[in-house]
Amino acid sequence: MYVYNDFDAAFVRERVAQFRAQVERRIDGSLTEDEFKPLRLMNGLYLQLHAYMLRVAIPYGTLNSAQMRQLAYIAERWDKGYGHFTTRQNIQFNWPKLKDVPDMLEALADVGMHAIQTSGNTIRNVTADHFAGAAADEIADPRPVAELLRQWSTDHPEFQFLPRKFKIAVTGSPNDRAVTKAHDIGLRMVLNEVGEAGFEVIVGGGLGRTPMIGKVIRDFLPEADLLPYVEAIVSVYNLLGRRDNKYKARIKIIVHEHGIEKIRDLVEARFAEIRPGFSGVDRAVLAAIRAQFENRSFERSDSPPSKPGYEAARAANPAFRAWTDTNLAPHRADGYAIVSVSLKAHGATPGDATAGQMRVLADLAEAYGADELRISHEQNVILPHVRVEHLHKVYQTLRANDLATANIGKISDIIACPGMDYCALATARSIPIAQEIATRFEALKLEHEIGDLKIKISGCINACGHHHVGHIGILGLDRAGVENYQITLGGDHTETAAIGERAGPGFAADELLSALERLLLAYLDIRESPEERFIDTYRRLGPAPFKAALYPEARADAA
Amino acid sequence: MTRRPFTPKVVTANALLEGDVVWLTAEDAWTRDIAEAELIEDEAHGQIRLLHAEAQPDVVVGPYLADAEPTPKGPAPVHFREAFRTRGPSNYPHGKQAGD
Repeated sequence: MYVYNDFDAAFVRERVAQFRAQVERRIDGSLTEDEFKPLRLMNGLYLQLHAYMLRVAIPYGTLNSAQMRQLAYIAERWDKGYGHFTTRQNIQFNWPKLKDVPDMLEALADVGMHAIQTSGNTIRNVTADHFAGAAADEIADPRPVAELLRQWSTDHPEFQFLPRKFKIAVTGSPNDRAVTKAHDIGLRMVLNEVGEAGFEVIVGGGLGRTPMIGKVIRDFLPEADLLPYVEAIVSVYNLLGRRDNKYKARIKIIVHEHGIEKIRDLVEARFAEIRPGFSGVDRAVLAAIRAQFENRSFERSDSPPSKPGYEAARAANPAFRAWTDTNLAPHRADGYAIVSVSLKAHGATPGDATAGQMRVLADLAEAYGADELRISHEQNVILPHVRVEHLHKVYQTLRANDLATANIGKISDIIACPGMDYCALATARSIPIAQEIATRFEALKLEHEIGDLKIKISGCINACGHHHVGHIGILGLDRAGVENYQITLGGDHTETAAIGERAGPGFAADELLSALERLLLAYLDIRESPEERFIDTYRRLGPAPFKAALYPEARADAA
Repeated sequence: MTRRPFTPKVVTANALLEGDVVWLTAEDAWTRDIAEAELIEDEAHGQIRLLHAEAQPDVVVGPYLADAEPTPKGPAPVHFREAFRTRGPSNYPHGKQAGD
């Protein structure tokens, strides 16, 4: 893991001191809200529906046990004892008081964390595959590159006032767990014909009110060119991006309006212009960063994997077996597993963890997980390096703390934005819908029969809940003063990314659950086998049978 | 073109220091309980009260006029968003409902 050097530490402390003075001047009336707002947003502080909200960056979703414990401390000391992990691998505290925020930032700085550029029209937290450095299917760990991008983009003088926010995601695996095609820039590590690692560069993806799947701007970018090429893209966007209309200000709009060929030409020209200025310092910095990520060798583990005990526990304990079936992923090293800890207990708020749960996760990471934790964009916590013989112990501890729900990738493993329970922009609530879906299908005992399914819920068209790329997407709207929910079908966030299609008219909140039940019972009827996932059946048959299930009265009318 | 008739309003905002939801009373104080707010039934008066709120940037942030209706207990919200603001989130009793 990357550890702050003296420069990083001093920079973050200076920013805390700067913001402390800004808060003091806001409170004493020297700064107006109009003057203060851009300053607080640059430091991750929003004013939401019921309170301020502080969004803390978790770079590429990676943190250690000390950092997780500090988040727990902050939650208890200055908030209401919990935090909310987000689709951008960050954590949000929903109840800070203005005067306390500088102290919260100081506490973050104590463990090498900050809230810089978690808001505003800047390059936001760089996100990555949450299995990075552990996944069996990975070419290489993408996080050193993500860290290089974090350092380059932090306080970058050219990119502090972009036309709109700018999000970069990176993956080192062909299986895209980082939603790279729905980011302003997506970087997918690939090998060229002689086996050298580089990046497929995707640009202009995004969700929100105008959802777009990103387009490939470069098939293969050598790693040595990464930083100048990314800088060229952001530079072209900075000039072309529309500042006249915030709803048309993202890079996806200029890619759409100008065409990928024109944007590619402009980026390549800008790249040629600035490439000579990159003297190799970026390469040296990357090498130093990489060394910090490569300080562990799983292949040289001190004892051979001991699987008999694990298999015996699986045989003896059906609940443990179910959990291992759903919540483990293959590790690149023999004798290890990747553990996904669900923050989606049935009926719980997706992505929320109490301070106590955060401490349990920190303890487990320290004892059994190489002191590493990840936050996934799907709002779960990952223990990326757990030896197989420790899995049963880890499970028992998780279970004792309401963290052992065996539902990763299933119907109750829902992404949900905070919605109108917290967010000032929301048009409807998301969280209660997620809670109701989880409890309904748990009561019906259909979760495991339905199998792999991605439901994603947003409480407004800004699509923080990624509803466009859910197999089933749910969008909450305000229809004449009543919460109403539109369903989209067929979305996909992976390497085969697709935007879901709207199924038809929206549903009132009290109609939505029954509609989803009809939809999923229809799926169970028409799938070819239990192995055919919902999305596969949808692709095979198209939307018609699903729409018929959602809108039986329309079918009756047409008959 | 006919204008829609004015409907009763309250002045609401977030408190600068706490960030929580507040409403303006007829006595020029800020209350945490919408039932104690001034129900404004005249459009011109509403604009004056909003200006009064906007002149207090060291106390509140983002004041605006929100639809409200009279009840025996005092003003009550009309829209569900404003109703949530009187209570807090629906997933935990962490907002104003904690004090109920």
